Amino acid sequence: MDVLAFLLEPLQYGFLTRALAVTLAAAVVAAVLSCWLILMGFSLMGDAVSHAVLPGVALAYIVGIPFSIGAFVFGAGAVALIGIVRSTTRLKADTVIGVVFTALFASGLAIVSATPSQIDLMHILFGNVLGVSAGEVWQVLVLGAVTLVVLLLKRRDLTLLAFDRTHAHVIGINTRRLSALLLGLLALTVVVGLQAVGIILVVAMLVTPGATAFLLTRSFDRMLVLSVSLTVVASVAGIYASYYLDISTGAAVVLCQALVFTVVYLVARPDGLLWQLGRRRRSGRTGRGSSPARSGGAVEAAPPGDPLPGRARTGDPLTGTARSSDA
Amino acid sequence: MTLTDTQRTTPVIEVDRLGVTYGQVRALQDVSLSLAPGRICALIGVNGSGKSTLFKALMGLVAPDTGGVSLFGLPIADARRRQLVAYMPQTEDVDWTFPVSVADVVTMGIYGRLGPTRRLREADRTAVDVALDRVGLAELRRRQIGQLSGGQRKRVFIARSIAQDARLLLLDEPFAGVDRTSERTMVSLLKTLRDEGRSVLVSTHDLAGAPALSDEAILLHGSVLAHGRPAEVLTPDNLARAFGQAATTPEDEA
Ligand SMILES: Nc1ncnc2c1ncn2[C@@H]1O[C@H](COP(=O)(O)OP(=O)(O)OP(=O)(O)O)[C@@H](O)[C@H]1O
Ligand SMILES: [Mg+2]
Repeated sequence: MDVLAFLLEPLQYGFLTRALAVTLAAAVVAAVLSCWLILMGFSLMGDAVSHAVLPGVALAYIVGIPFSIGAFVFGAGAVALIGIVRSTTRLKADTVIGVVFTALFASGLAIVSATPSQIDLMHILFGNVLGVSAGEVWQVLVLGAVTLVVLLLKRRDLTLLAFDRTHAHVIGINTRRLSALLLGLLALTVVVGLQAVGIILVVAMLVTPGATAFLLTRSFDRMLVLSVSLTVVASVAGIYASYYLDISTGAAVVLCQALVFTVVYLVARPDGLLWQLGRRRRSGRTGRGSSPARSGGAVEAAPPGDPLPGRARTGDPLTGTARSSDA
Repeated sequence: MTLTDTQRTTPVIEVDRLGVTYGQVRALQDVSLSLAPGRICALIGVNGSGKSTLFKALMGLVAPDTGGVSLFGLPIADARRRQLVAYMPQTEDVDWTFPVSVADVVTMGIYGRLGPTRRLREADRTAVDVALDRVGLAELRRRQIGQLSGGQRKRVFIARSIAQDARLLLLDEPFAGVDRTSERTMVSLLKTLRDEGRSVLVSTHDLAGAPALSDEAILLHGSVLAHGRPAEVLTPDNLARAFGQAATTPEDEA
């Protein structure tokens, strides 16, 4: 079979072109958002929001409204709830997130089990991208486009917020409103991604592309471009893999993203594992011990074995350590 | 920026009977002070004496439970909105792996003057270039910030406040982990900024360096123990009260 036929064959099926459209839209939006999420230490928040939308999706099916409305309400609600509990207790952010999202996820499961005939739990949990209707495709495309436009228009402020929240506050930016915007867009992105890969795996789309791009560059703009282009490659490859190997589409897409991450992790200069091992061998041979002096500075502050190099930030990622008295 | 007469005479910082508590911990109590424009003021005190808390109160990041703060005769929020205040973060509060360049960080200084999408015009690019030039980082403008030396890292943030054209600079422990040469470069930089009419509040542990750096000093220990010319403030008596009996030269923070 020649290459062109290989590429074109799946596209003659309407359900596969729809799947491709939905997956690409979701993956691109999530890839853009993931650049800020991973820099702010918000990865777990993506996981929380995606699980927390389950009761919303279930209720939407029961009531008969578009699932995205139910999902968004519960996603945004989970964010708000986490923020409230966080700012009124001394508990750490990851603890609050753990309590809130499991509670919401469990209530979703309870609702689904009480109304078994109406909802296909597997489709919600693992996505059903091959079964999306034309209407659902439009929903995803419109929501995705809106999210993407807002993210790109606000990208400089979001980067400032991620990098130096205090400076953002001092120059008169309302940092709470900006964080709320980011988390609202996170909820929207989860809604978009649900169709493609389902609740369980959507977090991969929110984390892996940004993490991969971060390993490749020290410039934020380039990180955005790399994150999007690598995710497009991975998503298309995933859809084809799913067609030809007959495996779950969501799983195939996420696996392709993980594969790209693994390759980058191993070979990216100068931080890739293989380069690090190479340097260690070379410096071992010349007897000079480990050599911290090299062109890359990103891991310079990390002592060997530090599991979280350079991540020793003191502020609370969710609310900021401090309350604002006059904002 | 040209100064109006009121800007030249109103105190830059006016703190009135300020009290701040964190839960049960009383960090500041009955703090009153006033800082005139065009001065470098050293804020001196032991660990836990409330220096960082005072900075947070000046930026409106902690809610006072008594008293209040005004900057340039304005409520804090107005002063912020007018780009009058700049803050230099402590080194350990910065994510040095963050994918931004030196020029990117300095550009963040002028965001407050830009439109909602922060798109740069030609004049804004010039302001960034001038600021980079003044701190001697023009050559390194494309470097990722983690690839700078300790002294260069500090200068990036000074350049950011120059680009912002702030009238009040708040520097929390700017000399921690910086060698003597870099410290001297920074001090002379701060002095030229002062000579342009800007005001600088610097917290420091460095008692020996304080007189050379500052026009006035504040000795803090939950409340203000002394405020005046460095020589008047840093008397053995006062230091014993601020630092306890044994330690006239307190341990430096790691
Ligand atoms: N977020 C917080 N929660 C509770 N207590 C706090 C908090 N921040 C500071 N404190 C307490 O308030 C007091 C003043 O702290 P602050 O950080 O202002 O001191 P400092 O002079 O900056 O000290 P250092 O020289 O160590 O930086 C200390 O007793 C400290 O333990
Ligand atoms: Mg402090």
